[in-house]
Amino acid sequence: MNINLTLIGQAISLFIFVWFCMKYIWPPIINALQEREKRIADGLAAADAGQDKLVEADRRLVELVDEGKQKANEIIVQAQKRGDEILEEAKHAARVEGDRLIEAAQAEIERERTQARDELRQEVAVLALAGAERILMREVDRNAHDEILAGISAEL
Amino acid sequence: MAEGTPAGYIQHHLHNLTFGRHPDGSWGLAHSQQEATDMGFMAIHVDTMFWSVSLGILFLWLFRRIAVSISIENPGHLQSCIEAIVELVDKSVKETFHGKNPLIAPLALTLFVWIFLMNFMDLIPVDFIPHSTYLMGIPYMKVVPTTDVNATFGMAFAVFFLMIFYSIKVKGVGGFLGELAFQPFGKALVPVNLALELVSLFAKPLSLSLRLFGNLFAGELIFILIAALIPFWAQWTLSVPWAIFHVLVITLQAYIFMMLTIVYLSMSYETH
Repeated sequence: MNINLTLIGQAISLFIFVWFCMKYIWPPIINALQEREKRIADGLAAADAGQDKLVEADRRLVELVDEGKQKANEIIVQAQKRGDEILEEAKHAARVEGDRLIEAAQAEIERERTQARDELRQEVAVLALAGAERILMREVDRNAHDEILAGISAEL
Repeated sequence: MAEGTPAGYIQHHLHNLTFGRHPDGSWGLAHSQQEATDMGFMAIHVDTMFWSVSLGILFLWLFRRIAVSISIENPGHLQSCIEAIVELVDKSVKETFHGKNPLIAPLALTLFVWIFLMNFMDLIPVDFIPHSTYLMGIPYMKVVPTTDVNATFGMAFAVFFLMIFYSIKVKGVGGFLGELAFQPFGKALVPVNLALELVSLFAKPLSLSLRLFGNLFAGELIFILIAALIPFWAQWTLSVPWAIFHVLVITLQAYIFMMLTIVYLSMSYETH
């Protein structure tokens, strides 16, 4: 158990080893460890951000679907309303058209009736004239009697 | 074996291979314990130096290899293992040492791994290397450097030197001496303070080195005793359990040495 130069030799060896370790071993290893730590932290942060985005996207999706549904409902309601309106309009138009047709028919009827009556009247006048001619058995001055006949036919 | 008796066997195992200056002035290997003692301070334990430096270089080579080829994305098994050690050391340093000093962490790593490797030599069966070298003509060979008090003191004194260096660097010479002289009892009792503080100051390297030396020396001695006193076919019944237990001891002692170094150096940075 002698104390001797070994003691100093050991101390010197230690200093040299520590110097080498400090210069060539510790920095690259610890840098790599820190770099990896940073990457892991970044990765986790990115994952968290992605998770948040997903949640946000889900929320947005539900919103959009709700909005779409609402819009679709509105459109359906509008369409129904519009349909009803069109139906009503068509009904109305049909009714108007019908009325018009009826009126026209009535007018036509009236016109034809008037025409028939006029014709009838004239025929009656002619017949009456013919009758009168036969009764009188002589020529009647047509011009003189036409006036009378027009008056008669106007009274008819 | 050098001598046939158990006592001689044990004695032989406890001697270092010493190279130094004989009392007559010539340099050479000591061929007996008496010769080694006669050399005094001007001698060197060749075996201790050889094994400790070899193991230190092994440590540096291994860690440097990993440091050069370190991969962030794809660490191999060895890299993971070394990263675990580095992280352990880094964590210990960060928890204990709050100053800013780029030396502390590499120092702690070097001490931890180096001491662990030196301690690990204890697990190699006691006669493998010494007997082989004896047959090669080398009279003594002690393969566990940490069972040599010179080695542990050498490291402890290196740490002690750093303690004082950083104390003075941080607090100045006045601050360092002031801490020794004016605490804990104030300026009235300087001699008492000085006596107390100096004892506690020198107790640090002593406890650091003697703890490591004591544990490893005792462990080595038990292996030697088992080898010396028990027939060869029964030795494993004791040496194997002791070796398994010793795995714990060598790791723990390396860790304690590292932790205490960090604590002592952090104390150098703290002003009371």
